[in-house]
Amino acid sequence: MDYHIFREFADSWFLIFLFVFFLGIVVWVFRPGSRKTYEDTSDIPFRHEDKPASSSAPGENRDRGE
Amino acid sequence: MWDYIKLIALGLVAVLAAIAAGNARDLAYQVNAVEIMLAAAIAFIWVLRTMGSHQPASQNEYFDGVVRAGVIATTFWGVVGFLVAVIIAFQLAYPSLNFEWAQGYLNFGKLRPLHTSAVIFAFGGNALIASSFYVVQRTSAARLWGGGLGWFVFWGYNLFIVLAASGYILGATQSKEYAEPEWHVDIWLTVVWVAYLLVFLGTIFKRKEPHIYVANWFYLSFIVTIAMLHLVNNLAIPVSFFGSKSVQVFSGVQDAMTQWWYGHNAVGFFLTAGFLGMMYYFVPKQAERPVYSYKLSIVHFWALIFLYIWAGPHHLHYTALPDWAGTLGMTFSIILWMPSWGGMINGLMTLSGAWDKLRTDPIIRMMVVSVGFYGMSTFEGPMMSIKAVNSLSHYTDWTIGHVHSGALGWNGMITFGTLYFLVPRLWAREGLYSLKLVSWHFWLATIGIVLYASSMWVAGIMQGLMWREVDSQGFLVNAFADTVAAMHPMFVVRGLGGVLYLAGGMIMAYNLWMTVARQPRVETRSVAAVPAE
Repeated sequence: MDYHIFREFADSWFLIFLFVFFLGIVVWVFRPGSRKTYEDTSDIPFRHEDKPASSSAPGENRDRGE
Repeated sequence: MWDYIKLIALGLVAVLAAIAAGNARDLAYQVNAVEIMLAAAIAFIWVLRTMGSHQPASQNEYFDGVVRAGVIATTFWGVVGFLVAVIIAFQLAYPSLNFEWAQGYLNFGKLRPLHTSAVIFAFGGNALIASSFYVVQRTSAARLWGGGLGWFVFWGYNLFIVLAASGYILGATQSKEYAEPEWHVDIWLTVVWVAYLLVFLGTIFKRKEPHIYVANWFYLSFIVTIAMLHLVNNLAIPVSFFGSKSVQVFSGVQDAMTQWWYGHNAVGFFLTAGFLGMMYYFVPKQAERPVYSYKLSIVHFWALIFLYIWAGPHHLHYTALPDWAGTLGMTFSIILWMPSWGGMINGLMTLSGAWDKLRTDPIIRMMVVSVGFYGMSTFEGPMMSIKAVNSLSHYTDWTIGHVHSGALGWNGMITFGTLYFLVPRLWAREGLYSLKLVSWHFWLATIGIVLYASSMWVAGIMQGLMWREVDSQGFLVNAFADTVAAMHPMFVVRGLGGVLYLAGGMIMAYNLWMTVARQPRVETRSVAAVPAE
């Protein structure tokens, strides 16, 4: 495994992997039903301004502030 | 038990630092060793005096003490950095300000890295650490992980700054731009940075929100990439264990390429990704509406981090670096324009439907101008990376102007906006002391940047053209000193721009101080500042 082999691998298979990975992200972002998820996620900064979510009910805090 | 281990460790560090100071081969190393000894001794006394009085921290409140300290440090280092900036700007315009009695200590060559490190690493770094600690807690709905480790990160990072700054003045530098600190300071920063990563990741791991908010992705990529860049670019072998001098492992063009792979990604991940993390939290908060497109923010993130890492070679056009590497760097720099503008559009459009706030809220105005400068400098940068343009712009002050429209405009303004947002909340005060002073700061800073950038465009393009000018016989028309003399008026204008920017920073420091000192306390903090929905 010298520099040359690494270089060949980086120039070909890994380049393709990264490119396909990126395209995959773009497709995944626009998957059906993503809008609702992302609306909820983009609302995160407006939920827990003053104190952390109570440790007892981790699921319930998602309803706050909506 | 844990306190005893801390005491033993701190005592050992103090003793070892004292031995190192005694055996030091050079003054910079000796002063650094004394600084480490003092820091360890102060920490030792503090641990000793607070032993046994620890209250277990409540998990029902955020760890904001360290954020408050970070806000104070950011403001302090900001004013210091801008002050050194103004001094060196006038040293360039009036060389007699490089006083004879201070030669070797306070001349331009010594103060210049002090300025860059003070504004990038001290002002910017403290802003990033403080804001990331604030944001990761709020968006994870969890208290900061690691207990007192957050304090270690804050004090450790600021000790790094003091070590680096005193080293520069006394001559310890490895002559790598933005990576000047020598090996012993680099090792200390590595320790602090690992602790920072642990605190940040630990908080994300125990988050109560199912999703990791996009700001945290940007902050995390900043922390991880800076660790990688720092380790690779600082591979060096010390000449002596008791001296600051070290020898780089790489040499020649490999060293140059490693340096600018580091240098450009310090811009890409320290000054861009980290500050985008700020943008994705504080712009929506101040505008009181969620980010324009969360989908775009995800594509923005992955595109930015996949592309930025390749752009470094554009710093080495027309050098010993192979042409193909330069072309690669140029191509990626131009593609990078797209995600950069994607991010800018996302930040600006967050205000859609709330543009009226620009009229009433000087803080949102600051943030919008900041994002505007981000868009402007990420257009200018790719343009300057094109080889034909670079042959004119490189080694001239156009580059300096470009850097400052990014640093003063984008990084400075978003940080000011963040500080104005944070201080009333962190100290539970009813709004800022004076919005009028924020407006003053806004206009002083904006006019300062305009003066800076436009004078450097003129100076840079003029100098580039003067260097190229040949007469009918093919001889160069201008000597280098002719170009320097021709730039004098622009250097004065640049210095005046810096004075305005410094004045704005001092007004901000006063305003923040008065907010804490004079504004009435609020008992129950409301989420929104003034307007009701």
